[in-house]
Amino acid sequence: MYSVLCQILYPQNPVQWKNILQGEYHCINWIKSVNISAVIPMLRKKVADAAEKAIREAEIKLPVDFIRAFEKTMARETREIAKSEYSNIVENIRQAEKLGLPLCQDTGLHIFYVTIPPEVPFTEDIFLGIRDGVERATESIPLRPNAVDPLTRHNTGNNLGIETPSIHVSPGKKFTITAMPKGGGSENMSRMAMFLPSEAGKIKEFVAETMLISGGRPCPPVVLGVGIGGTFDSVTAFAKEALLEPVDEMTGYEQEICDAVNNLGIGPMGLGGDTTCIAVKVKKGHCHTASLPVAVNVQCWACRRATVEVEL
Amino acid sequence: MSVIRLKTPLGDDILDLHAGDRVELSGTIYTARDEAHMRMMEEKIPFDPKGAIIFHCGPVVSDGRVVAAGPTTSARMNSLCGFLLDAGVKAFIGKGGMSGDVSSLMRGRAVYLAYTGGCAALAASRMKLNGVYFEDLGMAEAIWEIEVDNLPLTVAMDAHGGDLYSEIMDSAQKSFRSTFCPG
Repeated sequence: MYSVLCQILYPQNPVQWKNILQGEYHCINWIKSVNISAVIPMLRKKVADAAEKAIREAEIKLPVDFIRAFEKTMARETREIAKSEYSNIVENIRQAEKLGLPLCQDTGLHIFYVTIPPEVPFTEDIFLGIRDGVERATESIPLRPNAVDPLTRHNTGNNLGIETPSIHVSPGKKFTITAMPKGGGSENMSRMAMFLPSEAGKIKEFVAETMLISGGRPCPPVVLGVGIGGTFDSVTAFAKEALLEPVDEMTGYEQEICDAVNNLGIGPMGLGGDTTCIAVKVKKGHCHTASLPVAVNVQCWACRRATVEVEL
Repeated sequence: MSVIRLKTPLGDDILDLHAGDRVELSGTIYTARDEAHMRMMEEKIPFDPKGAIIFHCGPVVSDGRVVAAGPTTSARMNSLCGFLLDAGVKAFIGKGGMSGDVSSLMRGRAVYLAYTGGCAALAASRMKLNGVYFEDLGMAEAIWEIEVDNLPLTVAMDAHGGDLYSEIMDSAQKSFRSTFCPG
């Protein structure tokens, strides 16, 4: 049925409809939503409920894989000052959960990753529902209003604004919403660069240099999301998406970069120590034969993310 | 490591503190970020600054209580803090430290206390809200008067030029150069 539709839509361009059939999920969903899918009642509200729940969980409780990696890192630390920083962080994690309070007063700017199964129509309701969820969470948790106009600095008061929250959608088996509130201090220290294809050996230095420039400002111990390849825009997306992966496991390459960062001795909060980086996570994509884009997304110790399934 | 107890208003006993000391602070502190500093310079300091402590923080406040109150990056206030020291402020609490210029200004009269970045729930659990100034600046930028009970801090910059951050970063620079730029 799609192939018929595509031929009608793009009669002169078999390549385009072939692409649609193979990979252009959004377009297929649009076709489905127009032609065959059932309307899901109260979709916007259901999405808002799930988004609010995901934000609340992310703001108050850190993911299990992160806690495992964090404990392992903390156990390695030998410097007394660093140990007392860790004991504050551990006590903070405990208090946040006990009191149902946000882990950090910088409750972040809001980023969402959504997976949509074939039976759910890809419509504006998904985007509107997530925006509703952010607005509600800002009141109910509560969150600090962080979204401002980039030039006038006017604060919208509800964490909503032009292109924020940012929402990334991909196909999946389940209808899930992952909330990732991202603090400003660590985001500010993130970097990207275009390397030469012959300079892959410099990536480790670039990541270590990012932390050398950052010092204690991004609230170490950090998790570093590293994007390698793709294009100017997609490499930064890879770096952020890398932070969605479990941080309690690393490849040999990731461990090597992590060790290089820890050798700097910056330590928790920049007060010195054996442990500056909890984990490095790399996500790569094929790039142009002339390019080697690299990006580092710095994540403070409050590695907040939570996934909630939308109940239909 | 032994913990030194401090109470506000601070006196000259802070001159005995050294970079690396652990302290627990009880008493009154005042939050101030960029906007509050600028307003205080334009108008006046709305509280008694003698022996006072400024907390670089934009808290989340709801229904008359502090919900979350971790430190913000102090370096943004580097060029804005001289008048506070002149008025008698004896300590800043924040994260990331302040510049060499501020360290010189603090000599013989003030210290910088590091509070663990992000530990907003722990701070909130030891805080009582007592008042607010410049509320029109918005929740994050207003000055909140807060009573704290045993807030755990590290002396990161003392009143004698001792500066943990610059020590650590100097050694990080050396380590980076020896790994990546040998010879």
